[in-house]
Amino acid sequence: MSQSEIAAALRQVLPADCVLSQDEELRPYECDGLSVFRQKPLLVALPRTEDEVRQVLVTCRRLEVPVVARGAGTGLSGGSTPHESGVLLSLARLNRILEIDPVARIARLQPGVRNLKVSEAAAPHGLYYAPDPSSQIACSIGGNVAENSGGVHCLKYGLTVHNVLATRGFTIDGDLIELGGRAPDHPGLDLLALAIGSEGLLVVVTEVTVKLIPRPQLARVVMASFADVQAAGNAVAAIIGAGIIPAGLEMMDRKATAAVEPFVNAGYDLSAEAILLAEADGTPEEVTDQIAEIEKVLQAAGATAMVVSSSEAERLRFWSGRKNAFPAAGRVSPDYYCMDGTIPRKNLGPMLKAIEDMETRYSLRCMNVFHAGDGNLHPLILFDANTPGEWDRADKFGAEILELCVRLGGTITGEHGVGIEKINSMCVQFSDAERAAFFNVKAAFDATGLLNPGKAIPTLARCAEYGKMHVHAGALPHADIPRF
Amino acid sequence: MDATAILSELRERVMAAHQQRQPLRLRGAGTKDFYGAGPLGDASASTATLPTSSASTTAQLGATSVLDLRPYRGIVDYEPSELVITARCGTPLSEIETALADRGQFLAFEPPAFGGDPTIGGAIAAGLSGPRRMYAGAARDFVLGATLLDARGDILRFGGQVMKNVAGFDVSRLLCGSLGILGVITEVSLKVLPRPRAEETLRLEMPAKQAVEAFNRWSGQPLPLSGAAWWDGVAWVRLSGAASAVRAAQERLGGERVDPTAATQWWNALRHCQHPIFESNTLWRLSLPDTTPPLSLSSQPLIDWGGALRWYATDLQHDASAAPSAESAASMAPTTSAPSGIEEDGRAAPSGIRSMASAAGGTAMCWRGATPAGGRFHPLQPTVATLTRRLKDRFDPHGIFNPGRMIAGL
Repeated sequence: MSQSEIAAALRQVLPADCVLSQDEELRPYECDGLSVFRQKPLLVALPRTEDEVRQVLVTCRRLEVPVVARGAGTGLSGGSTPHESGVLLSLARLNRILEIDPVARIARLQPGVRNLKVSEAAAPHGLYYAPDPSSQIACSIGGNVAENSGGVHCLKYGLTVHNVLATRGFTIDGDLIELGGRAPDHPGLDLLALAIGSEGLLVVVTEVTVKLIPRPQLARVVMASFADVQAAGNAVAAIIGAGIIPAGLEMMDRKATAAVEPFVNAGYDLSAEAILLAEADGTPEEVTDQIAEIEKVLQAAGATAMVVSSSEAERLRFWSGRKNAFPAAGRVSPDYYCMDGTIPRKNLGPMLKAIEDMETRYSLRCMNVFHAGDGNLHPLILFDANTPGEWDRADKFGAEILELCVRLGGTITGEHGVGIEKINSMCVQFSDAERAAFFNVKAAFDATGLLNPGKAIPTLARCAEYGKMHVHAGALPHADIPRF
Repeated sequence: MDATAILSELRERVMAAHQQRQPLRLRGAGTKDFYGAGPLGDASASTATLPTSSASTTAQLGATSVLDLRPYRGIVDYEPSELVITARCGTPLSEIETALADRGQFLAFEPPAFGGDPTIGGAIAAGLSGPRRMYAGAARDFVLGATLLDARGDILRFGGQVMKNVAGFDVSRLLCGSLGILGVITEVSLKVLPRPRAEETLRLEMPAKQAVEAFNRWSGQPLPLSGAAWWDGVAWVRLSGAASAVRAAQERLGGERVDPTAATQWWNALRHCQHPIFESNTLWRLSLPDTTPPLSLSSQPLIDWGGALRWYATDLQHDASAAPSAESAASMAPTTSAPSGIEEDGRAAPSGIRSMASAAGGTAMCWRGATPAGGRFHPLQPTVATLTRRLKDRFDPHGIFNPGRMIAGL
């Protein structure tokens, strides 16, 4: 079916200005936050209401046209990379906060509402929305639901899945689907948990109800320096082992602090091989006690220096460096490739050592920032796409990190999603039978396979092709053969 | 027999059942035999007596074979500094809680034991949580990974042992509360938490309406709440956390401090469903938005979860006082028309506890007593019922696992 025929069908259900079909109108949608993958969509639909969303889905279903839903386009795994013969369904215009109920401590939101805006709207009531991805200024709540986004406070406050109470939306068939609710623990299968993080493959969400929680009275952060990364990794385990759950527990290596410091003047110790940021929040008494405990543990773990934030401004300054690590990478290198594996915390040391070896082998630099408390790594591989061969090397470097994550008992993606980027690495983490189960889930929701095709779950054929180096569940066939 | 051998025996049993289309009733310690819908659930509550330890993994129960999962047991991995425990499905909850307590940790979702010693597989398959649910999270919030033995005999691993994992659909959380209808949960990895340093329980005399209001007000403030319940004119509030925070909150809330032994008794009775209200022959469990004012019913509820969980011990299906106004029932009518059978939506029912719960935005389950029309569980929204059926058909095409346990006819 031609572009003009599909556009005509969509214009029957949407106002003319809600359907984009001109080349220059489509360009801005050709990629999300992962700009190495670009694909111009056939058309862009920009519905303004829930019913228009439904109409787009029903039309695409009838014409058998693929649909890729998109929020703010900040995703880092190419989850909303368009389909060449599909409609890109932008939910950006559904951006109203429908309700804030301070007594029930909930916010009912349209999917295009920005993450940070939720907390801003809840602030007068002393409440906020906990998940805080680094892109929270721009990313949308609908995208957060699609990706099960995290942030720097997940260890204590959870991911999107822990903070969303209900969603309302449609299947590709245009059937209304309401999941969860304001009452806890609905009967039947937990389809809400299944829908969250499903990367736009199962449903399109038009309304999200989130939990708001009381803003802690106080938060303070300890910044600790370490002479080697292994010691910093051990310090993380020591904090958790001491029965402390910090509100945030982040780590940056020297390459990361060196890139960030000139950019934001966070006050980082540039002589340290690694720094840890450990935050305590709660009542003033509680924070004082916990900070003292954290300092004691870090001291024993070999911290070479420690600074505790003495004001809210200083606390935010310490965090600003961490939150700006990605833009800082963009300043020191023409391009960077951000990985997102998660490993058991105890393996941080060996992982860092392995990444160092890979830097030599691939002749590329890598700076490391971690959600250390969660074991979630964000190695930023620096490269220049204009230098022939560099992207290829960066791509392989990244894949090798992810394979190592799986071998060390972890996962290829902690919070950014599989999208199109890590689709091959899915073959490493899951067996054929497991991927078949994922396809069964997909088929139950979307038998036609029209929602975001080609993302998140690789086909058996794709994995067979990638299977030259198949590793599953830590078992590498012929592990004695050197292959890297 | 070692674990590998037990697992392969389980696998063979499942594959044979699949081939012969022989229904299987998955069973751990049997503490939740009463729980769930359908004739199997009702029958087993009165008849099931199974060997307490047996090399054989099966026993007969009417036409349905019982697959006893207790032999597949043991903690596989536990590292306190990782905050994760991995155990086989048959592991007794007591074994897990003892191992955690030795290292100052616990399962914060407080799964109920019903006066027995359930298996961890059963606890996760039922997905039930205790008094800390609104403050620490529900069972599903602590599931990091699960292994499923499906009808074809495939052993599938979903999720993992790490805090953050978004690779593939979140099937491990889907399995939590699935009542075994998708297959055998053979292993689970759960997030654990350090035990709170300090804990205090306060007792405040007030009527139910005032208690629900107070619970909601306090939940909107930065207080270290870990339980809020009400019974017979008394609100019970639990505070957990750093000693200094608990002390400060205690001063702020006032009330009478409860002696630690009595406090433990109270919260354990709630958690394990051992409160006197659970001796009733008919018992309804209502899950409601926590702000819902007390319902106008003739019996007083046991309120838990800060107002979100309410137990009523009368035959409320026919409680005359449970008739909602026509207006509220109409406003909750489903937007899509319900075809028939399991897709029937109880929200439009003219009277009774179900429509009352629906009108408030919640659900009502018949916990004990004769199975009401529409089943034990609150009827599902039509699209959700359709998807549940499709998922069941995909994972268990011959319907061998726990038929009828979640929904009649499924």
